[in-house]
Amino acid sequence: MNTTSNAIGASASAQSRFFQLGLSALLGLFVIGFVGFAHMDLAHNAAHDYRHSMAFPCH
Amino acid sequence: MTVFRNVVFVAAIAGLVAGLVLAAMQAFSTTPLIVAAEAYEGGGGAHDHPNDHDHAETGGEAAHSHDHGEEAWTPEDGFEREFYTAAANVVTAIGFALVLVAVSEFAGGIASWRQGLMWGFAGFAVFTLAPGLGLPPELPGMPAADLAARQAWWIGTVAATAAGLALIVFGRSVALAALGVALIVAPHIVGAPQPESHDTAVPAELHHRFVVAVTVTNLLFWLILGAVAGTVRRRFSVSLGDARGSLA
Repeated sequence: MNTTSNAIGASASAQSRFFQLGLSALLGLFVIGFVGFAHMDLAHNAAHDYRHSMAFPCH
Repeated sequence: MTVFRNVVFVAAIAGLVAGLVLAAMQAFSTTPLIVAAEAYEGGGGAHDHPNDHDHAETGGEAAHSHDHGEEAWTPEDGFEREFYTAAANVVTAIGFALVLVAVSEFAGGIASWRQGLMWGFAGFAVFTLAPGLGLPPELPGMPAADLAARQAWWIGTVAATAAGLALIVFGRSVALAALGVALIVAPHIVGAPQPESHDTAVPAELHHRFVVAVTVTNLLFWLILGAVAGTVRRRFSVSLGDARGSLA
């Protein structure tokens, strides 16, 4: 089985595909960082139980 | 931007499903233990917990009011608190799914639910197991080292473990695999920031149950996330009528 041709966007140019996959990963990390790690009180209080339940460092 | 769109589509469905399941599991496992631990928080004095939910009711507010002049908004106990926990679960689950799907595409993509389970195990090892060795899940009221230092160690450990696993699985030489093992071990030789004293009013038995609950719920979360991502990705590519199974 040729796994490379099964990848999402195998037909897109290699450079564009790399950029878009990188963008997806960065967006995901940004979301995790804000909900799980932001020091803002608002973000901390809303996600307090979540942060503890995910074993994220919390307060 | 078809690649980006398709990755977001697969990640959104996988994250929504896995996040909702995780929120439901937490409601019955971890959250009750967090609430139970908060009862010990006021009297322990082991560390400050600004904006704690129960300070107003337990009379801890007077003792702690010097820490923060104004109470920031906090969800009401009960439905509102559960709602925000669930929302945080779904939103970050989509974030984890974005990372998982994007990274796996560099390696050819998650082709099936079974491969998704393998990727899920990797996510669990990277995001739960490795950082949890040095910084076990904490309950409110437990002493801990400086927050920024712990967050830095956590992020460094996750990055090193992910890179180490990738080198072991995709590296093409013994030397790269050895480097991968070294990267996985290194954060634990450095050691996680620890508090000066581990004394706490929170019973060890409660904490132990919490560590088990967090670890098992996270394992199930990652397995579901990977399996759903693999299933959706496969069906999505079929529905597009692409004989090669490509999404774009």
